[in-house]
Amino acid sequence: MDFELSEEQRLLKESVQRLLADRYGFEARQRYMAEPEGWSRQVWRQYAELGLLGLPFEEKYGGFGGGPVETMIVMEAFGRALALEPLFATVILGGGLIRLGGSAAQQQALLPKIADGSLLLAFGHVERQSRFDLFDVATTAKKDGAGYVLDGAKSVVLHGDTADKLIVSARVAGARRDKSGVGLFLVDAKANGMSRRGYPTVDGLRAAEIQLSNVRVGADGVIGEAGNALPLIERAVDIAIAALSAEAVGAMAAMHELTVEYLKTRKQFGVPIGAFQVLQHRAVDMFVALEQARSMAYFATMMAEETNAIERRKAISAAKVQIGRSVKLVGQQAIQLHGGIGMTMEYKVGHYFKRATMIDTLYGDADHHLAELARLGGLVSRA
Amino acid sequence: MDLRFTPEENAFRQDVRAFLKGALPEAIRKKMVEGRSLSKDDIVTWQRILNQKGWAVPHWAKEWGGTGWTPVQQHIYQEEREMLPAPDPLPFGVNMVGPVIIAFGSEAQKKRFLPRIANIDDWWAQGFSEPGSGSDLASLKTSAKREGDHYIVNGQKTWTTLAQYANWIFCLVRTDPAAKKQEGISFLLIDMKSKGITVRPIQTIDGGREVNEVFFDDVRVPVENLVGQENKGWDYAKFLLGNERTGIARVGISKERVRRLKELAALERVGDKPLIEDPAFRAKIAAIEVELKALEMTLLRVVADERSRKSNRPNPASSILKIKGSEIQQSITELALEIVGPYALPYERDDRGLLRNEPSDGPEWAAPIAPTYFNYRKVSIYGGSNEIQKNIIAKAVLGL
Repeated sequence: MDFELSEEQRLLKESVQRLLADRYGFEARQRYMAEPEGWSRQVWRQYAELGLLGLPFEEKYGGFGGGPVETMIVMEAFGRALALEPLFATVILGGGLIRLGGSAAQQQALLPKIADGSLLLAFGHVERQSRFDLFDVATTAKKDGAGYVLDGAKSVVLHGDTADKLIVSARVAGARRDKSGVGLFLVDAKANGMSRRGYPTVDGLRAAEIQLSNVRVGADGVIGEAGNALPLIERAVDIAIAALSAEAVGAMAAMHELTVEYLKTRKQFGVPIGAFQVLQHRAVDMFVALEQARSMAYFATMMAEETNAIERRKAISAAKVQIGRSVKLVGQQAIQLHGGIGMTMEYKVGHYFKRATMIDTLYGDADHHLAELARLGGLVSRA
Repeated sequence: MDLRFTPEENAFRQDVRAFLKGALPEAIRKKMVEGRSLSKDDIVTWQRILNQKGWAVPHWAKEWGGTGWTPVQQHIYQEEREMLPAPDPLPFGVNMVGPVIIAFGSEAQKKRFLPRIANIDDWWAQGFSEPGSGSDLASLKTSAKREGDHYIVNGQKTWTTLAQYANWIFCLVRTDPAAKKQEGISFLLIDMKSKGITVRPIQTIDGGREVNEVFFDDVRVPVENLVGQENKGWDYAKFLLGNERTGIARVGISKERVRRLKELAALERVGDKPLIEDPAFRAKIAAIEVELKALEMTLLRVVADERSRKSNRPNPASSILKIKGSEIQQSITELALEIVGPYALPYERDDRGLLRNEPSDGPEWAAPIAPTYFNYRKVSIYGGSNEIQKNIIAKAVLGL
């Protein structure tokens, strides 16, 4: 039981923080957002140089062989910086599916390119009706010779507008809500029959709606086992939720610091407003919620690669519940305690609030995961 | 960063669990599971079993009976004890006055008191709170005037837990009424058999009699019973209060009580199904489990940090253990009350401490549940109310 970072992890943390401190001032972020793709290619190259884009991959694929702790370090720093680049979509989600479920040939072809920054991925999975159920897939994949033909639509594909390739889930067999029969397919963004409409998201990032009509995928584009991809999807999503938890902690820590600083400097009635006990206790409630969330981000990190899928799912659900609840308390109070200035686009705290709030809605909100945890029997055994 | 217990720590846990399981008398374990209060005998019996094994005061210096365990081992020991569930060694002795005597007491005091604390040959009570001094503890008025080789103590202490069993009490007393309020306080050890001491029970809303008022009327206390220096008592009190950074979280106890909630919710039926199968009720339990896991991880952060800490300044995260720990304990008693339903009502007057002869009016397990709910409102009040804890965090951690 050791929560101290190793020497290498400490160096990673310092170098990520330094890069983001250099490149991610509030003004710079506004500029990147205004770029055509909604983020900075230049900063992306710097992530690649620093090794961040190959962090979880094996060294033979140009990676660092990092584990969940390294991912946590980077994502927390991203949360603090409100970084816009598609690291989560490309490295954690897309890269995660390839790393965990791709063939040796697919890994060889894709992972080095992700690591060097030349390949962007996105994961097209959510559909209009599926909400948070990972097994609910209506998009179809019909066998066609050695490959498949895909038809359907994918919703709110994170960074789907700039991805070079998409990993798309589609049903090869069974009914829409069956747990078996789901496959994963690697599709080129420019493939015939693919169309996408990109848009900004409310938290300043980007996403796309994707249409697939008669999109052909060869045998080499099937990821994992075509009719049995749900366990792989769950694994990758659980790792992604652990990463998002760390990002949320970074954003919450920043909101809490900004708020405490504001309480110390903003004067009303002749005193800093932090002298008022009612506001002090509110700031403490935020602190408690932040630290409990940090603890659960650690727990998610610790359990992200757990081999027992049920134990892993329960742990990740528990973490996502805490993150969702903490985000609501910390975010809402950060705005409230700032008063009017917290409501403005020109001040930073609201941007953190929006990003952290959207993290709650990604891959299951607090209510969804609470129900999941309850259904799976909870964390304390009855025996 | 490695967030798992080492194989050695897991092996230690197995050893601890095996010993505790074999050593705890079943009658005591049953009372603990059902939430019935323990007799004096139960507490003494259990602490002596632990002391015989050398485990009554693991956190003390080795020369006075400590085990030399790491903070992680001590955490494991406490958690296993709580999950069994087994009683705590009497905290007023082993966690409060014992460490103060070790740190600030004279050699004679150490030799005289420490072995008797470990073996619970003396039953200690805590004399801090007064009727006019709750959260503002330093405003206390009980006075001790020096007369030759004695102090003459006059005043009143209150909320004195289990003082009805105590033969010793450690008290904060005012020895310099002219000094600033924190600077005129001394730490005295007082024999409860002294002339002039009266103990009067206070009945709490659950019907229990675990707290008391203690009156001091010209009580003569030998000066050799002063701990450390005169007028330095506030420092020792702060040491005492800051000493227990991790035990206050009560994670092991809460885990056991969540387990119990599930057990009871499986016995109670709603419609034609056990309550535990109702998704809405399961979600309520799961919500507590999430909070509890977060608290456990926070606790482990603090425990792991103790090892590498050089200064005596607590980890900022430790300040939230009391707040969250008490809220979770209370929400568990609330859910238990929901589970029992109408049979929360029958009130067994002798529930706390004494065994009844007649059968219960409701299910056998139902009787302690409502009283426990009412009784547990105390946990966010004692040991520095949660509002005081927030004041402390605001000042010490956030700098407000």
